Amino acid sequence: MIPELGNFLLMLALVVTAIQSVMPMIGANRGNLPLMHLALMSGKLQFVIIFCSFGCLVASFILNDFSVLNVANNSNSALPLPYKIAASWGSHEGSMLLWLLMLAGWTFAVAINKKQLPIEFLSRILAVMGFVSFGFLLFIIFTSNPFERILPPLPDGSDLNPLLQDPGMVIHPPMLYMGYVGCVVPFAFAVAALLGGKLDSTWARWSRPWTTMAWVFLTIGIALGSWWAYYELGWGGWWFWDPVENASFMPWLCATALMHSLSVSEKRGGFKAWTVLLAILTFSLSLLGTFLVRSGVITSVHAFASDPSRGVFILLFLTIIVSASLLLYAVRAPRIGSGSSFEWISREGALLANNVLFLASTAAILLGTLYPLFLDALNLGKISVGPPYFDVVFVSLTAPAVFFMGIGPLAHWRKTEISFLLRRIRGMMLIALFGAVLLLLITPRWSPLVLLGLFLALWIIGSIVTTLVERVANIALKTRFSKLHALKKIPLGFWGMLTAHFGVAVFIVGITMVGAYESEKDYRMEIGDSAAIGKYTFVLDGFENKEGPNFNSTVGKFSVFSNKEFLVSLSPEKRFYHVQQMVMTEASIDTGITRDLYLSLGEPLNDGSWVVRIYYKPFVVWIWFGAFIMALGGIMAAFDRRFNLNKQIS
Amino acid sequence: MKPRQKRVTLIAIASVLITSAIVIVLNVFNDNLVFFYSPSEILERNFDEESRQIRLGGMVVPDSVQRRSTDTTVSFQVTDNRNTIKVTYTGILPDLFREGKGVVVQGRFAENQMFVANQVLAKHDENYMPPEVAEILMEPKKGNTR
Repeated sequence: MIPELGNFLLMLALVVTAIQSVMPMIGANRGNLPLMHLALMSGKLQFVIIFCSFGCLVASFILNDFSVLNVANNSNSALPLPYKIAASWGSHEGSMLLWLLMLAGWTFAVAINKKQLPIEFLSRILAVMGFVSFGFLLFIIFTSNPFERILPPLPDGSDLNPLLQDPGMVIHPPMLYMGYVGCVVPFAFAVAALLGGKLDSTWARWSRPWTTMAWVFLTIGIALGSWWAYYELGWGGWWFWDPVENASFMPWLCATALMHSLSVSEKRGGFKAWTVLLAILTFSLSLLGTFLVRSGVITSVHAFASDPSRGVFILLFLTIIVSASLLLYAVRAPRIGSGSSFEWISREGALLANNVLFLASTAAILLGTLYPLFLDALNLGKISVGPPYFDVVFVSLTAPAVFFMGIGPLAHWRKTEISFLLRRIRGMMLIALFGAVLLLLITPRWSPLVLLGLFLALWIIGSIVTTLVERVANIALKTRFSKLHALKKIPLGFWGMLTAHFGVAVFIVGITMVGAYESEKDYRMEIGDSAAIGKYTFVLDGFENKEGPNFNSTVGKFSVFSNKEFLVSLSPEKRFYHVQQMVMTEASIDTGITRDLYLSLGEPLNDGSWVVRIYYKPFVVWIWFGAFIMALGGIMAAFDRRFNLNKQIS
Repeated sequence: MKPRQKRVTLIAIASVLITSAIVIVLNVFNDNLVFFYSPSEILERNFDEESRQIRLGGMVVPDSVQRRSTDTTVSFQVTDNRNTIKVTYTGILPDLFREGKGVVVQGRFAENQMFVANQVLAKHDENYMPPEVAEILMEPKKGNTR
């Protein structure tokens, strides 16, 4: 009964979104108020319906309804409850429904903020979002229905892929999807503005907090995914330039560029045409990501049983959305105008340089991701693009971007005298360079990349401090407040920017140190053997057997000594999952601020010894920590009072 | 400089920068392409020690996996049911590596036709066969019908 209800609700949502995508658009063009108000109603209604439908799916999982194909394929009665819930988005069908739920959630959030926006603009936004929902509902109902039944029902399910049975997997997809789908909001804003023919700095101000929030979720989602790959895949990497990772990283890069370009549009009225294009590109890349991940053209943990009709549908939908919005852009963009003029050496100049660099790295990653698919599609051979390509291109494009990131906040809008700017950054530059060299003296060995990484991190921090000091001095001068008082006057958005930039510095330290100084060793070990890596010694004390709810495992008991002093015990596992007949490596990690010790069990050998892999990973947590600081900065920026328009209008 | 001259210089500098950036990117790209072959394709092509990294896909021959007793080096054979290539690898094999199942390895040829892998690619699911490998294993059947 519950699955039928869920299915029925999906049909109902299809009708509601169809109304939502057509009626308000007509209303906005004719100035018909009731039709426009329909947008608000249907926007809220579709969320409620889709939420309930999703609830039906979760209920089917919790109640072990193995007559539902999706449940039978991805769950099992022995699966612990939290994973049963997470399993509802562990399959292709379920994850598409989650995608839709997130989309409905964003639509709902836009719809309840009705006081902020002119109704005409708002109804166009909701119509665009309704159209996207409509497309995905069609997709779900006709190609990936999560409520499909099998007869007769199976006695028990074939269990969730053990790789996904992990707390990180419970929250990674919802976060990532929130970000992915959130890109639809700036897109809808841009399209609505193009349709209405009104693109001014108020439009940018409306769009900014939404864009920033989508970016925040995307950042957290990607960071969680990377963290999961690090500890769950068992082999210590944190980023593989896997096509699926790239699929989420490209919208992130584009959204980052969009966020910064929006600030110029809001503050200076500039870059407007460019900003609109970025909003369209960001959403197109997030649709492309969905296509790559869900169509099965890429083989990875994310690509479920591939079905050509799905790929074709998403590709078709992608083509419609992209070409329609680009066409609209081409027709309307000349009317937008380029906004106010500026000299090259100015804040706009630095932001533009960053934008270009970010887009260039997006393009380079796109090339590396799609080229193998094209060759394969044209039967020209099978290739893969090695990670060194991405490393080299990405680092060489983002290093200058980070450099400009230090300059941008210090430059004036419109025009900055070069001598003035040089005076401001000279001290910063010297301190960063000197500091980087000093830090290099205490690192194990010299390398140009480490020098570059440390310099850039210090450069950002120097820039943050200088920017803050100047801002305080400025406010104090203008308002005649004391400096302490002036500090309190700094808006939250400004703190947000500084925080996010600080996150980048932390992130850079992490990748620099791990990249240069990590070490990895494989050993054959018997009980009583010891292995050393750096100053750490690992002793294998013995093995234990453990019974889990749906697996049994062999646990290795290790004692770790640092300079002969006992430090910690680690217990990596080798699990065997009964239902899927699958072996899984569970690494054991001792996390510290300056290093992780990472231990995983390989395979048992005939003579009773085991292959054991040990990693020493300096500063690796800084990578994810940095990403979370960036996200925190984003949250602060999005909640700046300036964007709370209710107060401003009244 | 006059505005016109300024603009021309700017465009000239920008196009030089962009062109060189594109050339560099494409060069790096080209250096990092890894081609995928079946054992038969590899034997046709004659790779030597200097060759670039390649990927080799096929099925692990049953009972071919041998471990050296002193360290973590392992050797096995990969076949497409027509030709077979010997592979060595030092390190830990992925959890889903099995005799009689599909595998993709990346590496180079050393002397005496031994393929030295630096990566054995993990699959994510027991029933999953990389499509490349599935295709390779299908081919001999096509050959029989001819």
